[in-house]
Amino acid sequence: MNSPYTPGIVPGRIDPSDLQENFSDLHPRFQAHEASVAADRCYFCHDAPCVTACPTDIDIPLFIRQISTGTPEAAARTIFDQNILGGMCARVCPTEDLCEEACVRELAEGKPVEIGRLQRFATDTLMAAGTHPYTRAEATGKTVAVVGAGPAGLACAHRLAMLGHDVVMFDARPKAGGLNEYGIAAYKTPDDFAAKEVDWLMSIGGIRLEPGKALGAELTLDALAEAHDAVFLGVGLGGVNALPVEGGDKDGVADAVTFIETLRQADALATLPVGRNVVVIGGGMTAVDAAVQSKLLGAENVTIAYRRGRDGMSASRFEQDLAASHGVKLMFNVQPKAVHGNGAAQELELEYTASAEGTLSGTGETFRLAADQVLRAIGQTLTTDAGLDRDGGKIAVTGAGRTSRAGVWAGGDCASGGDDLTVTAVAEGRDAAMDIHAVLTGGT
Amino acid sequence: MADLTSDFLGIKSPNPFWLASAPPTDKEYNVRRAFEAGWGGVVWKTLGAEGPPAVNVNGPRYGFIHGADRRVLGMNNIELITDRDLFVNLEEIRRVKADYPDRALIVSLMVPCEEQAWKDILPLVEETGADGIELNFGCPHGMSERGMGSAVGQVPEYITMVTEWCKTYYSRPVIVKLTPNISDIRRPAEAAKLGGADAVSLINTINSIVSVDLDAMAPEPTIDGKGTHGGYCGPAVKPIAMNMVAEIARNPATAGLPISGIGGVTTWRDAAEFMALGAGNVQVCTAAMTYGFKIVQEMISGLSQWMDEKGHTRTSDFVGMAVPNVTDWQYLNLNYVTKASIDQDACISCGRCFAACEDTSHQAIAMSGDRKFSVIDEECVACNLCVEVCPVENCITMVRQAPGTVDPRTGKLVEAEPADWTAHPNNPSRVAAE
Ligand SMILES: Cc1cc2nc3c(=O)[nH]c(=O)nc-3n(C[C@H](O)[C@H](O)[C@H](O)COP(=O)(O)OP(=O)(O)OC[C@H]3O[C@@H](n4cnc5c(N)ncnc54)[C@H](O)[C@@H]3O)c2cc1C
Ligand SMILES: Cc1cc2nc3c(=O)[nH]c(=O)nc-3n(C[C@H](O)[C@H](O)[C@H](O)COP(=O)(O)O)c2cc1C
Ligand code: SF4
Repeated sequence: MNSPYTPGIVPGRIDPSDLQENFSDLHPRFQAHEASVAADRCYFCHDAPCVTACPTDIDIPLFIRQISTGTPEAAARTIFDQNILGGMCARVCPTEDLCEEACVRELAEGKPVEIGRLQRFATDTLMAAGTHPYTRAEATGKTVAVVGAGPAGLACAHRLAMLGHDVVMFDARPKAGGLNEYGIAAYKTPDDFAAKEVDWLMSIGGIRLEPGKALGAELTLDALAEAHDAVFLGVGLGGVNALPVEGGDKDGVADAVTFIETLRQADALATLPVGRNVVVIGGGMTAVDAAVQSKLLGAENVTIAYRRGRDGMSASRFEQDLAASHGVKLMFNVQPKAVHGNGAAQELELEYTASAEGTLSGTGETFRLAADQVLRAIGQTLTTDAGLDRDGGKIAVTGAGRTSRAGVWAGGDCASGGDDLTVTAVAEGRDAAMDIHAVLTGGT
Repeated sequence: MADLTSDFLGIKSPNPFWLASAPPTDKEYNVRRAFEAGWGGVVWKTLGAEGPPAVNVNGPRYGFIHGADRRVLGMNNIELITDRDLFVNLEEIRRVKADYPDRALIVSLMVPCEEQAWKDILPLVEETGADGIELNFGCPHGMSERGMGSAVGQVPEYITMVTEWCKTYYSRPVIVKLTPNISDIRRPAEAAKLGGADAVSLINTINSIVSVDLDAMAPEPTIDGKGTHGGYCGPAVKPIAMNMVAEIARNPATAGLPISGIGGVTTWRDAAEFMALGAGNVQVCTAAMTYGFKIVQEMISGLSQWMDEKGHTRTSDFVGMAVPNVTDWQYLNLNYVTKASIDQDACISCGRCFAACEDTSHQAIAMSGDRKFSVIDEECVACNLCVEVCPVENCITMVRQAPGTVDPRTGKLVEAEPADWTAHPNNPSRVAAE
């Protein structure tokens, strides 16, 4: 049996039952009584700031009032009307940066209404009934190809199906869900929720999933455009950046997204290897998720090394505190210089940084951290633009996701504009669907 | 999906949620916004006779009872009827009704208790195209000092008389709005029916003082050091209003007389409860004044979800369904024996049930040294106090004693056959069994 002190990258550092416990729900589900107490705190604000802060514009005061009055199913309808992945968003949204940050009770007392957990209470209640709340409009005879079955593609496909169009949804991977299935931290979405949600969403009918088909390999944009009335691209950011330092390709240096993906798809957590001394490089949600999950798997020391100050981190303060509460050490103003070790990583050399007039540079002072595992969480990149115009590293879009090519829309992480969040991807997929619908049914 | 369409006295509205005559319905601007927000109908703020309009105080006119988190539980007001010109109101009513033919628009009226006054105003109201009128016999402050409002509503003969005038000089439905400031609500309802009223609506507000400023030594709202009694409304009055609705619904003299239920309606459930007790629709004031017009969305979604769950396709399916189950105390089954039962797994050991029962009820809960609470069946009279003071829902429940068993408190056999007070041996005027 291994322990947190076993050197190298090994599985089974802690007891399987502790592992199970570690990866259980981050925020357990509200009981009915807790939900009604939490709902009672909502002021039913006029033109509520929380709604403005939600990328999908869920009518939050209304759904909370519906919970208060004993109709969580009606509350769920209010949520799903705007956001068909309201169940996942209730689990993964950084509410501390979105609705709950805008809550007037956050301003007044530093204690917002627990919107995310209430949203989960409502959506779980309706989804537990096992029925799908929407029916399809009369068939339009139009077909749309949706490429990428992540949040953007799923939201787009569902809305199109609801409006009566037939949808073929392609994905390079064997399972639908995108990062909901492969990326989101395990403790945010336990019990295979991502897959269950996809099944529930698809049960509206009219969506055919074609897994294992990638744009750029089996599929071309020309052929898709030819065979369908419209195409939506929601391919996300599948590429990862390499670590451009000496020794950056040594054994033990890996990409954080792949590390998490392996974890999400693992049958038994006890078989997953993790380092004794793990250093995660980066400052976003991926960095936090990789670090926390390494700790939960039993790593002895886990450090997040971020090149700017705390304020520069894109992970929210809540996420940072979550990491700290799990014993992850957060280091700021440090950048990687080199990975040392004989074949496999043993130490990571870091240099302190300082920024002057907006540019970041090393101070020359370096130090070394023990590191048998180095995880890169330094950003993802677009893998295919299918010949469309780009804006920065993304597919350029205007309006509701229109690309440079007529008849082709894009949304989610792969498209320009908006934060790289699940909820933003849902909003963009939904809005593109409405625009596609308008065009296909005679608009401009 | 349930059909919420409501037909009250032949007046159609897309749902049974109307705004009561009050500030929310004071003018065209409000009413248009209310209709846009989804309200099925409105009763326009009460109009008075032609001439200089009523005036309001220029200091605060509302008083409130709040919960700890400032949730509004009750409210009172010292506002009078409209303080805007009659003809401005009538013109606005005409315009709004023309633009919203599918919504109910009722005009509330209060003019002096003289035939000529009614004869003058009713044709003007008729011309607006409004769907009906509501006679405000309820306002308990200000107007009553001038012989109107509740001063009329407290004298059944006046109600009959004015209703008759209205039925004579006006062709559309006449609703009589009742004051709760009376000892037996059935009398004014009977009087309204006698006068030919098409329906009654209730309740108007209840005479009240909501709070006293202990520094100024004056009731609130305080206007320059003085206050007066005002009309109480909001969630706190709902139980009083529902009883009055039920009394009228089950009174043989007024059975079948349509009722518009008012008083504390805040959610779909409140509305469903009023309707189960015989109200054909409901009117809302305080909830709209507290949360804005948008609350009607919850009322609509909630009522339709509940109707779907219960298999009701139209609102008329359940209106009055609970009326046959409202009875007099003397007809309650005395052979229905229950005992409180504490779910030990749900119990959080707060001891509230013990304090309540030990100090103020029947000493029927035992407390052990390690804070376990259990019911002593020999003492439990099944009063329900512990159930309701327990902070954990469903932790304490009432369990029926099976017929054929012995009630440990009385030592008597629990009979299967119901028996009520009318035949009870202790009742001096009992009717013989058989
Ligand atoms: C580790 C990690 C944790 C995160 N945690 C959170 C969080 O807690 N909260 C939050 O709001 N956001 C989080 N995010 C961000 C969030 O997951 C993304 O913003 C969101 O998933 C974007 O949705 P999408 O549909 O645009 O893309 P994706 O979810 O990436 O889905 C894209 C889909 O397209 C498929 N695909 C890719 N290329 C092709 C191709 N060529 N042909 C066919 N199919 C293709 C992929 O297989 C995938 O299924 C996290 C991201 C990561 C990486
Ligand atoms: C400020 C205020 C003014 C009111 N004015 C009138 C009125 O002009 N005419 C009337 O018939 N009732 C009036 N009412 C009574 C309401 O129409 C209603 O009967 C009462 O408030 C009970 O309903 P609620 O509990 O939903 O508020 C008024 C109530 C309030 C709060
Ligand atoms: S609610 Fe409007 S009218 Fe009343 S006191 Fe406040 S600002 Fe003045």
